[in-house]
Amino acid sequence: MHAPYIARPSTVSVIMLKVLLALLPAIAVSVWFYGIALLVQLSLASATALLAEAAMLRLRGVPVAPFLKDGSALLTAWLLALSMPALGAWWLIVVATLFAIVVGKQLYGGLGNNPFNPAMVGFAVAMVSFPAQMAHWGMPHGPLDSAAQLAWIFSRELPAGLSLDAISMATPLDYLKTQLLLGGSDIASLKQAPMFGHIAGVGSEWVALAYLGGGLFLLQQRVISYQAPLAMLAGLTALAVPLWLWQPAHYVDPLFHLVAGATLLAAFFIVTDPVSGPTSARGKLIFGFGVGLLIYVIRVFGGYPDAAAFAVLLMNIAVPLIDQLTRPPAFGKRKRTKKAGQHA
Amino acid sequence: MEANTDARPWRDIVHNGLWKQNAGVVQLLGLCPVLAVSTSVVNGVSLGLATTLVTTVSGAAVATFRHTIPNEIRNPVFIMLIAALVTCVDLAMNAWMHSLYLVLGIFIPLITTNCIVMARAEAYASRNTVPEAALDGLMMGLGLTGVLGILGGMRELIGRGTLFSGAELVLGDIGHALVLHVVPPAFNYQFLLALLPPGAFFGLALLIAGKNYLDARARKRASLPAATDNETVSA
Repeated sequence: MHAPYIARPSTVSVIMLKVLLALLPAIAVSVWFYGIALLVQLSLASATALLAEAAMLRLRGVPVAPFLKDGSALLTAWLLALSMPALGAWWLIVVATLFAIVVGKQLYGGLGNNPFNPAMVGFAVAMVSFPAQMAHWGMPHGPLDSAAQLAWIFSRELPAGLSLDAISMATPLDYLKTQLLLGGSDIASLKQAPMFGHIAGVGSEWVALAYLGGGLFLLQQRVISYQAPLAMLAGLTALAVPLWLWQPAHYVDPLFHLVAGATLLAAFFIVTDPVSGPTSARGKLIFGFGVGLLIYVIRVFGGYPDAAAFAVLLMNIAVPLIDQLTRPPAFGKRKRTKKAGQHA
Repeated sequence: MEANTDARPWRDIVHNGLWKQNAGVVQLLGLCPVLAVSTSVVNGVSLGLATTLVTTVSGAAVATFRHTIPNEIRNPVFIMLIAALVTCVDLAMNAWMHSLYLVLGIFIPLITTNCIVMARAEAYASRNTVPEAALDGLMMGLGLTGVLGILGGMRELIGRGTLFSGAELVLGDIGHALVLHVVPPAFNYQFLLALLPPGAFFGLALLIAGKNYLDARARKRASLPAATDNETVSA
């Protein structure tokens, strides 16, 4: 390219639209494996998010239409719907979305002012408040047809002869955690369980691959930068590799951690959030690395099967500090050395 | 006429304690019990009333001895006075409201270290007369009780769908009749977040925001009348 070109600055809505577009492959793969339940959750979340956003904007006395059209509420809703169990009750996603938009975003002053990632706030609220409901994950090509899925989401009614155990199953992360806690056998034999696929969860590993594809598209479009995702995956690997080499029977392989659960969703769509993440490149590296480390620590040593939401929220708290410590020097000024800093 | 001018400081004390200098939502003193015990109306109000008893009597006691307590060691003396009172409350609750005593647990002895008790002793009771200090303690305590009650109500209602649960701990068997199931028990309703510590922080933040909103509205109204008077005159 040769100068001079007039750059057209990308607006918030264009960026949000591209991120939503990047989520489409993962949604398609999910629907293929798990049925239309996810689409129901997506619509419930979107409707709730837009209504809540509009109501809060009105209450705050801010123009409603331009902010509603920027698509950020929709993105929060989609990320939330994708990270919650697709077979969850209708009120679960509604409560989580309400919390994400009203408390996580608007009470802090709306888009650009929220210190925490709204979608992860909603997820954490649901996880802490309704742990039992949040454990009902569907199985790929499960026994419920579309109508039965709708009936289950809206009225918690199952077709005759089916129990809750027959339609849902533990995620691989959940299964490994409980079995290892029970003092069960080694990883290799645990991985024979039906919920494991080639690398991670059967079905869900393909969804993860679709997230990876969407993330690479966003990188190519320069909507996100590589630092935070790369550092997050590096942080996760940095803990997973040594422990796995030390005791492969007790600590699952790093590749599993990279693909399982919400790792890739978090890496490309959550830690890249420009609002709740740090601004400088070096800050993004630190932020991502911290999230990766925390995900591993909470997954393996903590009480919850997956940890992306808690890891991101914890690192969100550190963002102001990271931003302050990694502020790049102004153009033309020399980088402050320690000595100069003391004088200043 | 004289009674009117005398009533002014008393009214100020009441207004300060209940609203303007409210211990829970303005001074933010004694946050530890506010956050920890406000899981239900009954818990909150019970601990609030126990604290009120201590602030009132300790206020009066500190004011009584304010001329004899050496200035250099006043704080240790205040703490001993307060601790003695709290011990009385602790023993009394243990004797007469044992089940409630078990629920509130460590937070009854901790009234001793509650900042609001110490703060009123130091800032008010040690430099005012006995009746004023007693009234100040009473109003500060009641203000805190109000916040604890409202916060407890919010958390109980959102967290469990009930109100006044645990009333039997205070009132005996009649208390069972008082428990309000806003959400029928058959629904098995529970929203854990409201009962966990985050619920206390969110609830308190909303209460503070609510108080600031009411104050701002009152200020707006107070500045308006001049304009509205003119309008009525011109009309």
